[in-house]
Amino acid sequence: MGDVKLAYIVQKAQYKSESSRLAITHAIAYQTVEVLLDDGDNVIPTLCFVGEGVLGIQKGQNTMDVYGVTSTETHMKNTLLVDLEVLVCKEDLDKYGIPEDAMPNADEMGADKTIQVVPFSEIQKAMEESKHILFF
Amino acid sequence: MGTLTIGCFPGVVGNMTYDFALKLAEAAVDKGHKVNLWFSGNATSSIKANQKHLKDYPTAEIYLKALLEKGVEICTCEACSLSRGIKKPEGIEGVQWNAMHWYLAKIHGSDRVLQIGGE
Repeated sequence: MGDVKLAYIVQKAQYKSESSRLAITHAIAYQTVEVLLDDGDNVIPTLCFVGEGVLGIQKGQNTMDVYGVTSTETHMKNTLLVDLEVLVCKEDLDKYGIPEDAMPNADEMGADKTIQVVPFSEIQKAMEESKHILFF
Repeated sequence: MGTLTIGCFPGVVGNMTYDFALKLAEAAVDKGHKVNLWFSGNATSSIKANQKHLKDYPTAEIYLKALLEKGVEICTCEACSLSRGIKKPEGIEGVQWNAMHWYLAKIHGSDRVLQIGGE
């Protein structure tokens, strides 16, 4: 069957919503799915943030000290470490007044990937190229 | 016949989306389709055994057992379940426990996927 492309569309804010966080962890899980698949098969997720989903992914989060849990920023860095494609909608960042340089990166951890701020048309394209779309 | 995988994330109490997911799974398996059901988030609290089916309160166990008998594969996210204080020996017999890659693997082999987000 080969590769199956998936588009994860996160449209809820990360705070007060577990499913947005779960979108990130489910996407990261692609790293280990091969153990359950036949040779040559894999899933290729693209993690996309649109609408209110762009809220709460900025760098500088401090949830470990305040709430004792890992931050969404940490999870975002993990997505980059495992080479996930992460797209953030530029129009929605602009709508909420969030600058592009507020997006976290994982340079200090050695990640090659970076979060891509893209027009919605690019996210639309990722959805069209995917076999399945998962809305969170 | 096809394969349908449903990702169910909402809790059994407080909304009807959980009920919808189970009824859709039942309808699909009754039509002869292969159905996989993945529980994550609050939905994982529904896999605890020995639920008392009160007439005026939502419950899940009797419906999950019926789906299992019909051949639906049901799996709960181990981390989500443990974080809610549910241990594997306390779970409904027949419900599988695994990590999120179980869901992705089932998606890989599915004709259709329905992701039902939760709270």
